[in-house]
Amino acid sequence: MADNLVEISNITKKFADNTAINNVTAHIEKGKITGLVGPDGAGKTTLIRLITELLAPSEGNINVKAGDIGYMPQKFGLYEDLTVRQNLDLYADLRGVPGKERKKIFEQLLKFTSLAPFTKRLAGQLSGGMKQKLGLACVLINKPELLLLDEPGVGVDPISRWELWSMVQELLKEGITVLWSTAYLNEAEQCDNVILLDEGNLLFQGKPGDLTKGETSFEEAFASMLGGWPEDKSELADMMITLPKTGKPIIEARNLTKKYGDFTASKDINFSIKQGEIFGLLGPNGAGKTTIFKMMCGLVTPTSGEAVVKSRDKIGYMAQKFSLYDNLSVMQNLKFFSGIYGLKGKEQKDKINKIIEIFNLKDYLNMHSSLLPLGYKQRLALSCAVMHEPEVLFLDEPTSGIDPITRREFWTHINRMVEKGVTIMVTTHFMDEAELCDRISLIYRSQSIAIGTPGELKNMTKTQTMEDAFIELVKRHE
Amino acid sequence: MNRVIALIRKEIYQIIRDPSSLLIAVVLPAILLFLYGYGVSLDANKIKIGLVVQDSSPEVQSLIRAFKNTKYFDITISRNRQEIEKQIMASHLRGMVVIPVDFSRRLVNPDDISKIQVIADGSETNTATFVQNYARGVILNWMGEEQGNISIQPRYWFNPELKSNYFLLPGSIATIMTLIGTLLTSLVIAREWERGTMEALMATPVSMTEIIAGKLVPYFILGMTSMSICTLAAIFLFGVPFRGSFLLLVIISAAFLTAALEWGLLISTATKNQFLASQVALITAYLPAFILSGFVFEIKSMPGFIQFLTNFVPAKYFVSSLQTIFLAGDIYGVLLPNLAAMLLFAAFLFILILLKTKKRLG
Repeated sequence: MADNLVEISNITKKFADNTAINNVTAHIEKGKITGLVGPDGAGKTTLIRLITELLAPSEGNINVKAGDIGYMPQKFGLYEDLTVRQNLDLYADLRGVPGKERKKIFEQLLKFTSLAPFTKRLAGQLSGGMKQKLGLACVLINKPELLLLDEPGVGVDPISRWELWSMVQELLKEGITVLWSTAYLNEAEQCDNVILLDEGNLLFQGKPGDLTKGETSFEEAFASMLGGWPEDKSELADMMITLPKTGKPIIEARNLTKKYGDFTASKDINFSIKQGEIFGLLGPNGAGKTTIFKMMCGLVTPTSGEAVVKSRDKIGYMAQKFSLYDNLSVMQNLKFFSGIYGLKGKEQKDKINKIIEIFNLKDYLNMHSSLLPLGYKQRLALSCAVMHEPEVLFLDEPTSGIDPITRREFWTHINRMVEKGVTIMVTTHFMDEAELCDRISLIYRSQSIAIGTPGELKNMTKTQTMEDAFIELVKRHE
Repeated sequence: MNRVIALIRKEIYQIIRDPSSLLIAVVLPAILLFLYGYGVSLDANKIKIGLVVQDSSPEVQSLIRAFKNTKYFDITISRNRQEIEKQIMASHLRGMVVIPVDFSRRLVNPDDISKIQVIADGSETNTATFVQNYARGVILNWMGEEQGNISIQPRYWFNPELKSNYFLLPGSIATIMTLIGTLLTSLVIAREWERGTMEALMATPVSMTEIIAGKLVPYFILGMTSMSICTLAAIFLFGVPFRGSFLLLVIISAAFLTAALEWGLLISTATKNQFLASQVALITAYLPAFILSGFVFEIKSMPGFIQFLTNFVPAKYFVSSLQTIFLAGDIYGVLLPNLAAMLLFAAFLFILILLKTKKRLG
């Protein structure tokens, strides 16, 4: 085991109200890339912070043999009101890189990250992908032996993610050891080793191939480790009434444009959604999905153009981060949301009881919803949004940060509801979820660059996956 | 040292880019000083009172003249008591002076006593006291002049014109500096936590002492700028006299500002959230500085326990120092103990910060 750069032995980290890491033993192999995989709340960030010594373990110990550690936190740690160059200078000063060497290092890093033309731009005005590259550059200034990247791929467009991945491959060639934390299984699968965490427990450590053994794919293997896929049925949808299918357009966007000052958040968006369709808005964070979404729900007034939703009084809306009242209990949330959607008396009571039964919420009724496990939070939020049997359902990033199994369960509910005649509009940055929509619109830099069924988009670009199709369409667009 | 300079440079870039710190340091003191300078006045000028005159002898005419001539009252004369009472009830008048029908008859009779009734609106106790005292003063003065053998010549030291502005403004500078000092720093560290940059800073070789120094120095400069603005405005705009030395003012302000900035840093480290930090700064720094510093409310008239509490409000020492330097001059017997108290606070808070801020998350 001489070639391990980091040895983690029986480590436990307890916080006031939970145990983030529970007796984990693992190691990071020198010169390799190790994927740290798990859903939100699995303990990935805590483990990284323990390695950097920013957190002290409650029990156990970590032996880090690397000299310099480069750590890029989730928010990249950039000063958005400083320019690219000023950020680099600051981190070079803080890491004690002497002025003479600096010129050469900056040149290399700027070339490596293709940021050379933007040195005078404020970091806050860079795109998500560029911010990430700058974050990486700031970490690489003093040539660390060990590079810790906390969810570098989250919410970034597939092209930037692919670029970052190739940059990391370059670093590996130079002998740098990398820990790459991620919630994306396809990223983890490409690592040399994986450490699989769930709710603070180590589920697996080793080569991704060893996990997949006997299973059809990495995702299948992951799912069976977490207890298998959910049943393909939705009692939530079953309790809803079936709407007659008309096949007529029920949601329409006509030249929808929104400007905030000089900034155009969405430009000339057009689409039409038929009753009983799942329509997806697909794109990286900051592309303008949520703005379009809010205009469709009537939460944001368009600068020009029109957002039409027939049966406006029968819509359900689930906002990003679930918009539950954190300091209300589960029961209070259910009562409140059913109440504002106009349910009362026996009908309200029956509906609430039914939902408690379907989702096994009985044990959680008096718990503050902020303390609910993420999967339960999402189920509760969905229940609150559909209790009044909406004809149109708006879901904004409903599966962000959720483990693959709960994600699968969520999509089962959506599919069954659509069968009942509900029309659904959903935003997502997961490329694989796009495959589950009837039609999608690709949103990139405030514009819709393509619209069609997933099959059509792949045929159009002669690609096999949505991710490749997206990359190809963006290239054509530019 | 290089690292501290790098942090200071970064902070200065941020101050320039983000106008909120400059707003707090420059615009906020200007607004507050104008409010205190023009809005707050404890002088009782031209209090509106009624004069019920039921006697019309020459003596009474002379007394009425005395009431008319004083700058403290704006009088409404009537023969009808009910009319004046009605106006008091409507809050148009703050009180009344009744000169009864037999006033001059009794005055000339050596065996009798003339009576004047003074009624004040007790719902505003401060003004009521003014009405009572000023009315008594006017009457006593008038009696002295009538009889010609007593002359009263009041003198007020340090503030001869008894302008409340003169002692309010130096005191208000202390509250303004408390607010600015704590608010500036309480926001900036919390901001680093909120934006995730603190975590990135901690992952570099920089030490917590360097981070603290990198915050204290630039905001100290900014705070001293606010102090200069306040001082100049007080002297040149509001005409407050300045009898002490500027050097002493700078030393004392520096000591106080350091304590205020440190308090802000401590709040910021504890809350890690800008909104919460600003609320805590207002409640724990500005409010005590306003109420318990002796700036408006006299400490000697507070209950014993509260008086004891005021010893732990650094602004108290700054208020007293500023009032002394502005109005009385370099009185070392007052200034040095105050300075020592403020330095003690600064040192204590600094140790607390060092103990509290470890290079750790969570």
